[in-house]
Amino acid sequence: MTTDGLAVDVRGLRKRYGDVTAVDGLDLTIAKGEVLGLLGPNGAGKSTTVEILQGNRSRDAGEVRVLGSDPQTGTRAWRSRVGIVWQDESAPAELTVEETVRHFARYYPAPRDPDEVIGLVGLTAKAGSRIKALSGGQRRRLDVALGVIGGPELLLLDEPTTGFDPAARRQFWDLIRSLADEGTTILLTTHYLEEAEALADRLAIVARGRVVAEGEPAALRELHGGGATVEWTEQDGTPRAERTDTPTRTVVELTRRFDGEIPGLLVTRPTLEDVYLRLTGQEEAR
Amino acid sequence: MTTTAVRTRTAAPAGRLPGAWTLGLRRGVLELRQFFRQRDQVVFTFAFPVVFLFLFASIFHDTVQGTGITSSQLYVPAMMASGIMSTSFQSLGISIAVERDEKVLRRLRGTPMPPAAYFLGKIWLVLVTGVLETAILLAVGTTVYGVDLPRDAAHWFDFAWIFVLGLTGCALLGIAVSSVPKSAKSASSVVVLPFLVLQFVSGVYINVSSIPDWMLDLGALFPLKWLCQGLRGVFLPDSARVLEQAGSWEFGKVALVLAAWCAGGLVLCLLTFRWKTRRDG
Repeated sequence: MTTDGLAVDVRGLRKRYGDVTAVDGLDLTIAKGEVLGLLGPNGAGKSTTVEILQGNRSRDAGEVRVLGSDPQTGTRAWRSRVGIVWQDESAPAELTVEETVRHFARYYPAPRDPDEVIGLVGLTAKAGSRIKALSGGQRRRLDVALGVIGGPELLLLDEPTTGFDPAARRQFWDLIRSLADEGTTILLTTHYLEEAEALADRLAIVARGRVVAEGEPAALRELHGGGATVEWTEQDGTPRAERTDTPTRTVVELTRRFDGEIPGLLVTRPTLEDVYLRLTGQEEAR
Repeated sequence: MTTTAVRTRTAAPAGRLPGAWTLGLRRGVLELRQFFRQRDQVVFTFAFPVVFLFLFASIFHDTVQGTGITSSQLYVPAMMASGIMSTSFQSLGISIAVERDEKVLRRLRGTPMPPAAYFLGKIWLVLVTGVLETAILLAVGTTVYGVDLPRDAAHWFDFAWIFVLGLTGCALLGIAVSSVPKSAKSASSVVVLPFLVLQFVSGVYINVSSIPDWMLDLGALFPLKWLCQGLRGVFLPDSARVLEQAGSWEFGKVALVLAAWCAGGLVLCLLTFRWKTRRDG
């Protein structure tokens, strides 16, 4: 059993594919009931890490505990406590939504009510439709339904909203929030910073196979943001910008120089995206 | 939202994990439902051996000298054997490769479903489609080509065990072969070619008495030849025994080889079965 209130405990995880090191000494913990956002560019090792946590991939080194067990030797009882939503959908095309969800419910010792779950993902109107007739977004929502039908304690979501339109994404966020409110521990990998910021209690940023920063979104910005930028326009019309740790002092000095209003004044703090790009070494790419 | 009701989730769920037999039956129902919803697949699966029976039995229909039977009658048990193998070996070999490629298998592996339930579901599918296929061929064979139904309880019994052992052995072989194709696209070519070759060297299309011995010896390594031979023994008069390589039906040997394929096929499946494609690691 989990002793220290951790749903996920990963230490020194390593995984290589041939010459490529996908995961290179990754440490990660998720407390029970927490929503953790795992952020990182393509190829940073997010999906490999999630697959190892699912018990679907072997590792080369490191300690991994998921709900108190090593996923590689996960029993049926363990699998019934972990819900998985994959990156790509894979439900049987000829069955209806309702048949599929009802059938998957039978695999679990204490499943949720299938009708309730279909409603939760907003597919009630499509319950009788064959899966092959669903749109891409609807299929992804069915995937989420199949991930939560067993009433998991831990839900692993690998880029669940890729390909969603903005409205579907908002709907999905509400769903994740309601699951989190019920006490489900959630690990969410995503490319979308606003998604991570909206849903996660805590973020872990992964680059080159390891966690380069983690913390609450605001704290991350504070810690790795490094000050503010003050922008203004000189009397001859040239725009100026200055990065500083003491923006107030800069503004006071400028007020004195201009003797009143400062033309074009703008003080900005770095966004989470700035922090993310700096930490993952993609700053130059902008 | 009924959030408060489930908020207290502390220990593992209290319910018991459902058993493999029950889930296997459920999966069987689901497999059959999926199968019969693909109309074109249903029509072609069942029509294929019937069309071949019609073609061969119409082209070759002379009386075979010294046997008291016609060539057409020889094709009835042959096509029955081929039909049994196509509903088991060919359909499983292709469909499991496709399910693996489309990540249906990986998804199942991520649930607490016991692996045995998946295979039991496939067995139900193969059993039902195999019985239907055989019944259709038997109906055509008795009404059109003058083949008699098994003449007594003993022959019905032989029919039953040959059918069950043959179907099981071929199904296990199909599950094993499904791991060979690298993707869904290549699955049907990878599975169909060996099946076609096997049908020639096992005496499905061409009478065993006209096939070179070395080919028959090759065919004898696989279940189809014995399935054909056993079914000839069930449906043809004993006067037709002279056509066999050994001059007899060899029921003992048929049972032995088919049972060996069931056991060996099971071991092969357990050793080679993969839930993910090779590129998924």
